[in-house]
Amino acid sequence: MNRKYLTEHVMHVIFLVCGFVTIGCVLAISLYMIISGIPAIKEIGLINFLFGTKWASTAADPSYGILAFILSSICGTLGACVLGIPLGILMAVFLSKMAKNKVAGIVRPAVELLAGIPSVVYGLIGMIVLVPFIRKVFHLTNGTGLLAVIIVLTVMILPSIISLAETALSSVPPEYEEASLALGATKMETVFKVSIPAAKSGIAAGVVLGVGRAIGEAMAVMMVAGNVPNMPSLFNSVTLLTTAIAKEMSYASGLQRQALYSIGLVLFVFIMIINLVLNVALKRGNKK
Amino acid sequence: MRMNLRKVLALVLCAALIFALGVGCSSSSSSDTADTTVSETADTAAETTEAEETAETTETVELSGTISTNGSTSMEKVIAALIESFTAENPGVTITYDATGSGTGITAVTEGSTDIGLSSRNLKDEETEAGLTATVIALDGIAIIVNTANTVTDLTIEQIAGLFTGEITNWSEVGGEDMPVAVIGREAGSGTRDGFESIVGVEDTCAYDQELTSTGAVVAAVASNEYAIGYASLSGIDESVVAVDVEGVSCTEETVLDGSYAIQRPFIMVTNDNAELSEAAQAFLAYCTSSEVVDIIANAGAVSIAQ
Repeated sequence: MNRKYLTEHVMHVIFLVCGFVTIGCVLAISLYMIISGIPAIKEIGLINFLFGTKWASTAADPSYGILAFILSSICGTLGACVLGIPLGILMAVFLSKMAKNKVAGIVRPAVELLAGIPSVVYGLIGMIVLVPFIRKVFHLTNGTGLLAVIIVLTVMILPSIISLAETALSSVPPEYEEASLALGATKMETVFKVSIPAAKSGIAAGVVLGVGRAIGEAMAVMMVAGNVPNMPSLFNSVTLLTTAIAKEMSYASGLQRQALYSIGLVLFVFIMIINLVLNVALKRGNKK
Repeated sequence: MRMNLRKVLALVLCAALIFALGVGCSSSSSSDTADTTVSETADTAAETTEAEETAETTETVELSGTISTNGSTSMEKVIAALIESFTAENPGVTITYDATGSGTGITAVTEGSTDIGLSSRNLKDEETEAGLTATVIALDGIAIIVNTANTVTDLTIEQIAGLFTGEITNWSEVGGEDMPVAVIGREAGSGTRDGFESIVGVEDTCAYDQELTSTGAVVAAVASNEYAIGYASLSGIDESVVAVDVEGVSCTEETVLDGSYAIQRPFIMVTNDNAELSEAAQAFLAYCTSSEVVDIIANAGAVSIAQ
């Protein structure tokens, strides 16, 4: 009796420790980001930092404005969502509702494989194939820019959207669809008016994951973005929040280094806000 | 009963593991990289063993102590390799290196807060007058590279400046085909960028189309774009790109050494005449200019002056 009680107790402590490790990591990272990000913002000034249009961190008269990075990050992520979300959802519909078993048996592992490709490989292919291709097609001097970033990010967020949306679509009770079909709706009407709304929360979870991956990606983006701190433009080199940090961290010192931490803090706040907004939207959607 | 005991044991071990993980995480987050003692550089292992053999025969006095060096970030690779091989020969010596920039390194040695200053530019007159002595340990040649399809083979410094600042936007203006120019360079803070821009006189005025984070990436980008012009350390270029002549001089180790190739800069060790150098520091200085280190410096991407 006593021993049983002890086991329970030990298990309880272990679960508690596991929980605290996670919370501890999150707290430690948040605290560290805030502590190391604040000094530079104080020195540069919040308005100058967030809304300054010029980033010249190593110039004789340095200026640290990250508006271009913020806008580029937003445009890149939005662009990838605009392309990736419909594509991913349609792909999931195809896999779960339309495809014959044989076809799905080939496509599904392919999607899973896509999820397993490391981001540096996406970047490499983007740099060697995509960028020269964009340059030739649009007659540019240089193919790097938001367009290349958006295409690479779209491919990168597809797997998470597809796999989560497909799982959600497949777990829609067949009775719903059968009822819809029995009432005379066509297959398309059934898919778009019954299955997708019923699978909404799963699809939204996929979208949240996808957006998170898109805004946080640095390696693949750095290889195709061109990394010049310009304002966002489809055919001109841009720097995103993530690449601004990754690009300069290795040599940075003094205020430049602190400013990079501040960019990290901004990115961190951004991702927090996106997660919060999407979560709230999700919960509200579920209640209705 | 026995099963239960075993389970408990497993769980306790598991908890211990998690705890260890937590401790490991927390201690690594507080690491400070400002003052690094360089002790490992993989690619100099071969030289090290060679050097050790000579050390056994020549060195008789066991050196010990700490040498501090401070300065140029461009010299990081060279100095790291030199420190690695020197400390392998003299295990009693510890050498620290602060990558702060040439200016800071020269100030530090003037003030006496470091033993040896590292600079990737020549000393100014007022600095030598203040009692500083420069010892050149290597030269760094920066090659101007274009795509293999480009017909331009020779550029003047003025033309290079024009191309990089965006005043010249078509290759036909410098004797090439009628095609636009794509300017590819390194990220802010890079030693190569700093060196190139200061020698050509285009500090902070370059209109880059791409800023990449390594020599290899610049070479790859130039190789895949027929409009491109870029710059890279002499040691980093290969046959996938063409290094153009600058003012009629091709970029080779010989032309960098005899000073005829213009886009080059010295790697200098700065010492203060007013301060007594420790025995270990003197030995390190002598070692860095000896013929032993030719290969080490070449492997680190610079041209050694000792032949």
